[in-house]
Amino acid sequence: MAAVSIRNVRKSFGSTPVLHGVSVEITDGEFVVLVGPSGCGKSTLLRMLAGLENISGGEIAIGERVVNDVPPKDRDIAMVFQNYALYPHMTVFRNMAFSLKLAGAPADVMKGEVSGASRILGLDQLLERFPRQLSGGQRQRVAMGRAIVRHPQVFLFDEPLSNLDAKLRVAMRSEIKDLHQRLNVTTVYVTHDQIEAMTMADKIVVMHQGRIEQIGAPLELYDRPANLFVAGFIGSPAMNMVPGRIEGGAFVDAGGTRWPLPKDAAASEGAEVVYGIRPEHLVLDPAGMPAVVHVVEPTGSETQVMLKIGGATVMGAFRERISAKRGDRLPVSPDIGLVHLFDRASGRRL
Amino acid sequence: MNTVAAQTWVRPKQELGPVARLFDWKPFLVTICLLPAVGLLLVFLTYPLGLGIYLAFTDTTIGRSGIWVGLENFEFLLEDKLWWNAVFYSVFYTGIATIAKFGLGLWLALLLNNHLPFKSILRAIILLPWIVPTVLSAIAFWWIYDPQFSIISYLLTDVLGWRTTNVDFIGSPWPARWSLIAANVWRGIPFVAISLLAGLQTISPSLYEAAMLDGTSGWQRFRYITFPMLLPILAIVMTFSIIFTFTDFQLVYAITRGGPINSTHLLATLAFQRGIPAGQLGEGAAIAVSMIPFLVFATLFSYFALARRKWQQGEADD
Ligand SMILES: Nc1ncnc2c1ncn2[C@@H]1O[C@H](COP(=O)(O)OP(=O)(O)OP(=O)(O)O)[C@@H](O)[C@H]1O
Ligand SMILES: [Mg+2]
Repeated sequence: MAAVSIRNVRKSFGSTPVLHGVSVEITDGEFVVLVGPSGCGKSTLLRMLAGLENISGGEIAIGERVVNDVPPKDRDIAMVFQNYALYPHMTVFRNMAFSLKLAGAPADVMKGEVSGASRILGLDQLLERFPRQLSGGQRQRVAMGRAIVRHPQVFLFDEPLSNLDAKLRVAMRSEIKDLHQRLNVTTVYVTHDQIEAMTMADKIVVMHQGRIEQIGAPLELYDRPANLFVAGFIGSPAMNMVPGRIEGGAFVDAGGTRWPLPKDAAASEGAEVVYGIRPEHLVLDPAGMPAVVHVVEPTGSETQVMLKIGGATVMGAFRERISAKRGDRLPVSPDIGLVHLFDRASGRRL
Repeated sequence: MNTVAAQTWVRPKQELGPVARLFDWKPFLVTICLLPAVGLLLVFLTYPLGLGIYLAFTDTTIGRSGIWVGLENFEFLLEDKLWWNAVFYSVFYTGIATIAKFGLGLWLALLLNNHLPFKSILRAIILLPWIVPTVLSAIAFWWIYDPQFSIISYLLTDVLGWRTTNVDFIGSPWPARWSLIAANVWRGIPFVAISLLAGLQTISPSLYEAAMLDGTSGWQRFRYITFPMLLPILAIVMTFSIIFTFTDFQLVYAITRGGPINSTHLLATLAFQRGIPAGQLGEGAAIAVSMIPFLVFATLFSYFALARRKWQQGEADD
């Protein structure tokens, strides 16, 4: 186990810069999730940690040791690939034992380690199978088993669940989390799915176009997104964002509708801002803002309603069952304490 | 929009003519589709093969149709020192050339599988020996091995000064045997290298990355990943290569014609020699037929070595 520190790391492929100076401190035993839209450089950063891509600038340290020039096999890390990268010509047992065999472990140690890991992962019955004879979820577990038997300092996962169906994904999600709590090994996990990030992480790193937008605990990102990108990325359904300006102590959108502001709002009179309110923070309120129902989407546990408020279209998510039809009036008001304000030009939180 | 027209429009029923109906009749269609292929096979493959095998059991010579003599030709071959020489050289030629072709071909394929500058040009160059018609390259080798004008002799004597006399490539038995093998290897490498390269490129790079993280050295990655994953295609290519080499004719016939003193006859050249210039069609055919057991053996080898390995079986969804 070890801490990992990524200091101002840059990466270019040829003349194309992909990472523009990324810094993350990961403490020993932490579960860190790198999340961001496709192409933002998550995999690249992970592969640099693994030593599969060279580092164009900056420094990566695992434990005390700077590993910029350390080859992958000496970094003491294990990685689970998106396509699992199981050796097709080896049985499950040999896949898992491969690294031990290379390290010259005696047969009984190999057996012990593999059977220990396969018991944790429920693979005991499958040890003599070949990867082709396994289901997606089983392959995924073998890939994890291969990582576990090595007792590495750091686990790296690159979108390990993206090839699984929705149900299995949820199950494996808790399995990985459970595994982490049991082994307590520093883990870096890449995903583009913000739900995965929220549910699994001790700490989330939100990336966007090769830069870090925000680092923080899941609820911290949800409660206090540092900018518009994070606000829009974290949370589902996504936060409503209404552009407008501050006038006479209230927020006025482009259509002239007035939205209530918290007392301690940090915006000065006349400022151009974006008003952010999460769908679940709109409440039904007969004395609220005049809203007209556009689309109603019941999910069972809640009802999502697309509303028109003045010129703005916002999404509301309500615990109540709502039987309104298109065109009905459904007055709502934002939960004042949970309103987010962002500077319109820079996108930063105010 | 006019929706009424869309509702009243009915797809007209198409009446098929008798010819069209005939072509829609499956047995007829199957027959005429198979006809060209079956015809070609019968005329150009089955008939010559059958005739060759038949001739092997007769004493036909050119200009005289012979009579059935049973196994006499084969009994004669077993006592024929030339035939035994040809068997020995065919096996030797095939064995050594195959080993060399696969050693060098695999090495080339591994080199080309790396990121090299001008990779596509290199690949094209490597294919050259294979694209050139065999007889042309045989003639080129004939010159290279010429007792007086050989470029290799020239380099060794006049340029480098390592020797004082010309090399005798094809003037005496053993040098001639090795020289022919060298020519065959030169010609056969591209096929092996390009086929194996295709095989190498089907191996997912992430396997190598996983192996790298598992702590392999370069040699271990070859030993544990590349080689086992290449084995199926290696077996196919090797079977073909063995068959092509064993039945080789053009190179040997163009360079040495089986000489000196019949030391470089392969079964194919000996069969031709006996059958056509010497006119003993029956005996020549018997020599050709005597190659069949060797070829059957090579094919069986492929059949068993190529039988899908266990790890290739099962669900194939990736
Ligand atoms: N070998 C490469 N050569 C050139 N550009 C590359 C290479 N690998 C990645 N890139 C570029 O780097 C950027 C980041 O890629 P990366 O694979 O890290 O994205 P990602 O965040 O993992 O996306 P995804 O969620 O789709 O996996 C992309 O714009 C990609 O085109
Ligand atoms: Mg990726």
